Formats: sequence, C-alpha cells, structure tokens
Amino acid sequence: MSQKTNLEKKNTNNRSIDKSAIPLLEKAENEGIELAWDRLEKQQPQCGFGLLGVCCRNCNMGPCRIDPFREGPQKGVCGANEDTIVARNLLRMIAAGAAAHSDHARDVVETLLMTARGQAPDYELTDLEKLKALAELFGIEEEEPNKMAEMLALKVLDGYGTREEGLEWLKRAPKDRIEVWEEAGVIPRGVDREIVEVMHRTHMGVDTDYVNLILHGIRTALSDGWGGSMVATTLQDVLFGTPKPTKTKVNLGVLSENEVNIIIHGHEPILSEKILEATEDPELIELAQKIGAEGINISGMCCTGIELLMRKGVPMAGNFLNQELAILTGAVEAMVVDVQCIMPALTDLSDCYHTEIISTSPKAKFPGATHIEFEAEKAGEIAKKIVRKAIENYKNRIPAKVDIPDSPTEAVVGFSVEARVAGLGGELDPLLDAIKSGKIRGVAGLVGCNNPKIKHDYSHVTLTKELLKNNVLCVVGGCNATANAKAGLLLPEAAEQCGEGLKEVCQSLGIPPVLHMGSCVDNTRILVLAAEVANALGVDISDLPLAGAAPEWMSEKAVSIGTYFVGSGILTVLGTVPPILGSEKVVKLLTEDAEEVIGGKFAVETDPYKAAELMLDHIDKKREGLGI
Amino acid sequence: MSQSKKIFVNIDKCLGCHTCEIECAIAHSNTKDLLTAISETPLPQYRINTEYFEGENIPFQCRHCEDAPCVTVCPTEAITRKEGEIIVSIDEEKCIGCMMCIQVCPFGVLKSSRENGVVTKCDLCIERLNEGKNPACVEACPTNALSFLTEVEMSKKRREEAGKKILAAFRRGSSAVKEETSF
Repeated sequence: MSQKTNLEKKNTNNRSIDKSAIPLLEKAENEGIELAWDRLEKQQPQCGFGLLGVCCRNCNMGPCRIDPFREGPQKGVCGANEDTIVARNLLRMIAAGAAAHSDHARDVVETLLMTARGQAPDYELTDLEKLKALAELFGIEEEEPNKMAEMLALKVLDGYGTREEGLEWLKRAPKDRIEVWEEAGVIPRGVDREIVEVMHRTHMGVDTDYVNLILHGIRTALSDGWGGSMVATTLQDVLFGTPKPTKTKVNLGVLSENEVNIIIHGHEPILSEKILEATEDPELIELAQKIGAEGINISGMCCTGIELLMRKGVPMAGNFLNQELAILTGAVEAMVVDVQCIMPALTDLSDCYHTEIISTSPKAKFPGATHIEFEAEKAGEIAKKIVRKAIENYKNRIPAKVDIPDSPTEAVVGFSVEARVAGLGGELDPLLDAIKSGKIRGVAGLVGCNNPKIKHDYSHVTLTKELLKNNVLCVVGGCNATANAKAGLLLPEAAEQCGEGLKEVCQSLGIPPVLHMGSCVDNTRILVLAAEVANALGVDISDLPLAGAAPEWMSEKAVSIGTYFVGSGILTVLGTVPPILGSEKVVKLLTEDAEEVIGGKFAVETDPYKAAELMLDHIDKKREGLGI
Repeated sequence: MSQSKKIFVNIDKCLGCHTCEIECAIAHSNTKDLLTAISETPLPQYRINTEYFEGENIPFQCRHCEDAPCVTVCPTEAITRKEGEIIVSIDEEKCIGCMMCIQVCPFGVLKSSRENGVVTKCDLCIERLNEGKNPACVEACPTNALSFLTEVEMSKKRREEAGKKILAAFRRGSSAVKEETSF
C-alpha cells in the first residue's frame, strides 16, 4: 500500500499504457506542457494528515489534526478523536459523491417533467416500455404516456425530499437484502434528506460515534445507488432510449484530421444528445465544408461521452486522464463541458492551442472558458449555436501543431440490463446455467476513475485480464470501461484471452467477456442485474459469486459508489488508498466488521494481481456457500 | 564526502502545518511509507518540532552546534562529531540514557527513544544524504521555509535579500528627492 507507486520515474512511458496517450505525453514533455502527472509530482509529499483523514476543518476552533505518531495532540479542540474525525470526513466525501449523482439526476427528472408537459419541444419520450415499467413500480395508474411521465417525474422528485417510507426504487432489491437494511437501520428515506443529514451529523458537536456515523454513510450511499444514480440511468433511458449493443471506436485516434472536432466532456447526456443532432444538421455540415473542413466529427470524453457511446455509438476519445491530452492533439475545435471531472487545468492548456472550452452548465463555470448556457426549453437552438462556434474555430487550427495518434481500437458497447438479457436469449438462464456449471466462475463489477497516482489504465486493464483468465465475467462502467475498451477487451475476440469456460460461453453467445454497462451513474445497472440474478436464485445479493473493484478511483462519487456496492452486500476492492487509515477502528469496521452487519465490505489493494486474488477468493467462498 | 550543509529556517514562511514532523518520522521509520509507518512498533519518532510562540510558528531541529553542549556533557562519549564533519551523532551502544544532553541542549531538540530509552536526535537524514537527497523535512516543506545550505550560501542569500530591501529604500528615497526638487 504505497502512495509512491507512480512517482519515482519521470519517464512518460511510465505514465500510461494507453497507446494513443503515449505520443501526446511525449509531446507535452518536449513542449514543456504541465499535465496532471507533473502537478502530482509538485504536490509531493502530500499532506500526511490529509492522506490519513485526521485533519478536521469542520469548525473554526480548528483546523485540528491528530498526530499519527502519537507525540502530538490526540484530540481536536472539541475533543474529537481520530475515529470521529476520520468517520466524519468519510461521510462528507460520501455526501458529496451522492449529491453529484443525485443532482445530475434532478436535471434529468426536471427535463422529463418539462417534456411531459410539452415545455421542452426538443425532447420526447423514447423508451415507452421502460416508462410503463416504471409507472408500475411507482404505482401510477395512467395510460397516456405524457400524463404517465408527468406523474412519474413528480413522484420521483418527491423521493428527493423527506419520506416516511423508503424510496420506491428499493422494491427492485431482493427481499433478503431489504431485511438486512431494515435490521441495520439503513433504509434510505429520501435522496436529499440523507445528504443533508450527513452535513448535520458531521457539524461540530453532533454525531461522535464512528459506528453510528458510518451506518448513516451507508444509508446515504444507498440513497444514491438505489436512488439518485438509479433515477439518472432509468429516466435517461426513457428520454433517450435504453442502450443496445453497437460497435464503435475508442481512444484519441478517433479525432479527425480533416473535420471539425467537437469533444463532449462531463457527465450529462441532456445537452450532448442535442449537440449530436446538431452535428448531423445539413446546414451546419455545409457551413463546415464552406470553411474548408470535410465535415463535423463528434467524440466523447468521460461519462457524457459514455452516455452517447452507449445509446448512439458515438466514438470515445478517452477517459479522465485523456482530457488534457486531447487538447494537446491541436485538432480539437471545441471541448464542450457540463459538470463533474472537468479539470480546471483545461482552460490554461487551451491557451497554448486553439481549442475553445465551452462551458454550458449554470453550476459549472470555468474562468477562461466561453460560457453558452444550456436551457432545456431551447436545447436544439443552443446546441446549434455551440456547433457553429466550433466550426468558426476551425480556421484557427494550426496544422503544424496537429498530432492525432493513429489506429483507434474497436469496441462493442451498449450492454444495458435489458440488452444483456436480450443478448442471452431474453432469459437470465444461460447466465445462471454458466455460473452454476462453473464455466463462469463469478462476476466482477469494475468501475471508477483514473488517478495519476497509478499508471493510467494499468490497474484497470491488468485486473480485468487477470479476472478473465480465471473465468470471471466482467461488467464495467465509467472510466474503467473506457480503459478496457482502449485495451481491446470489449470485443468478442477478447474471448481468446479468457479461461476455457468463459471463452466457451462468450463464443457461443457472441458477446465480449467484458460488458460495458455505461457511465458512472449506470453502475446502478450492475445493482439491478445483481438483484435480478439474486431474485432468480432466491438469495440475497451478498450470497452471489460477485465482487466489485475501483482500481484507479479518485473522486468523491467513487466513494459513494464503493459504499453503495458494499451496502448492497458486495465485496469492493479499492485500488488507491482512501483517507481513513488514521483510524484503526474505522478501518476495521469497513474492511472486516461491515460484512457481518451489511453483507459487504471494503478491501484496499493497490496491486491489481493481488486484488484479483482477493476477488477470486471471495467468489469461491460464495460459490461454496451456494453449493455450486 | 564531508557534509557541510545545515538546515536554515525562514520563520516568516512557516505555516505550522507540521508536514516536516510527519516526513521526519517517515524518514526514520523502517518502511519509509506513511501508511505502513503508522502501524510500526515502536512508532517512528520525529526529530523536528514546530512550536507556536507569540503568534509565530517556529520549526526546531538540531543545529549541529560547533561547540555542542550535548557533546561536552555526555559522560560516555556517545554523542560526538567526527573531525571535520557537520553532523553531531549519537552512538546508541554507548548512550546510557542519563538525559544530561536533554538538559543542556539550548534548543530542546533531543528526546528519549521509544525503542530503548536511549537519546535520539536529528541525524540530518544521513541515509538520504548518502543517496544524494536533501533531509526529509527540507524536501517536504510546502512553503520552502526550510532550506539546506552551507553557511556561505546562507550568508550570500541573506545579503541578497537585504540588498533588495536596501536598494528599494534607496530608490524610493531618491525619487522622493527628485519629486521635491522638480517644484
């Protein structure tokens, strides 16, 4: 568990395994451009109190710190010890992560409501089947789609506030799981309520008991996984369609030498869906051709990209640590950003190239960017304005500065739960049979970000390959999915890299051994699939041969995701060390005792080979429990 | 190679973040990694202390004095400085833990070791120096309040800083005179 994993060597080859990233890392080195990796080096050594989670800034008697070497203070001014401080800090991370997912989802619900009321003419209800299924889940008796959608949106919004009963979404969970939650007192009551309660409990002089705090952290994360994030995924499917398998291309090589390149970056599909439409507008294509480009090329970055990749097959330029490198290609006319994981460094970097950073969310402005604010009522018009801006910038491209890596990788994406079941012949049985027979040893949910503390994509891809060799089917999301896509593992041909059993299953069904489930809010698709499998077997999620991992995580959202995985009964392995090691008791609770209470627990392992071993041991233990 | 540099402190730059203490303890741990060092037995100890007096933060570390009281007072010759060297070091085998050195140190930078009760102190990170690195506290300080220089370099740096101030004052003075005489 070393923090220094990737810091000793400055060689750019040690920074990434993405073949499209390496030439651009070299370019940055030659041109003296500072990137996230350099900024990480300059931050060394990072604050020890922060790394251990023992710094408290929650009141102005502080800031206080607990001395981990036990020579200095062991209590903050208020008397809080390391257990209280570490637990409170962790809770605030969970709250921020849950808030990010859930507030993203709020925009989706509001768009659905406006669409149903005819106030957002550029949107329509696309997946009516899903809408109907949701209406049933929410007990809505209405036949007319717009009315149905309106009632659904209002009910979902109601779930954000204070509820006497748990969220409707929890009904999707197995019966046994709900009993575990009830027993532990962690049934989430309302999406916003749990987040607000975190802020209350972690205020000076409120909750001091680290066990009580962590339990509420789990409840808050569940309000994200079985609430906010699930709202985002499901209602985005209603508005834009449920993903179906489709073939596309990934890595920075998807940028086009002779076209206007637009990268959509961030997390929400609401505007980017309209930008995609605008890039197909004949008038705008003609405008691009008039100024000398061959056309307009749109590609994705981070989860906004994944949303369009999954539903529309839009190529993916890269994941989190590719964002600065995309600008270094000198070929990007506009990077259109909305919210989350957008590095503030982009605007400074764009000064060195011609790329225009266009911010669109009233929640996220960037000094140095051009702000064109999104409004759902005028989405189409705004999208066209943005695309026009990108076209106009084409003339500023400096051909001598253009370096586009060649040979993008192909990938098959779009495996929603529905698509997966359809791919399996409409039934879960082929999957269940393969698991029972041992051809598939188990399933791994692999998620999470990039983090320059780990060689870019290395832990994601290494862990996946180890699991595949051992016949573990991988369902992936977020930046992990993009890493595996770039490594060519999202192709049916990747079955060759699997153990015999998994290889046979993938080849007979014609599916890749690594199934792309979507963006980071779509990690809830993994929960839904786990719940369906558990229900089919009549067991709890915690009984399944299933393990999760976030090999390169960095964001607070990942903390919330990891915690809702654990809270749903899944062993979750973290590949970077969370800031909790300052409290032995909190560490023990999360990595040992949690299993007895909630059925899942965390493990921390920075070596992907050892992480694979941990997951395989867990899977085997669960198989034994099921008697298979 | 004889070591001729010392740690110098710019008190104005110290924010009191205690990073030097943490990094000192890590540098003197077995595993050299924070996340594992905090579970070692005995716990590693730091040999630099940042204190707060009258509104200022002051990092204290061994000055490796030329005429070191700790060397003079040590009854077993456990604390010594080798001929021509800067570092005042302790031979743990010879130390009897009488704590006389702690009483006479003008800066209060010696302490009893958790491991065996002998005295422990700053060794200028001799292990790191042999690897061509600076002492851990100097390397770690986020505001560069600590620097590792020879006294000649330090004096030069002080003269440069003073020179800038003097020049600025002179220029202000002479422009004020010009303004008055232009009437």
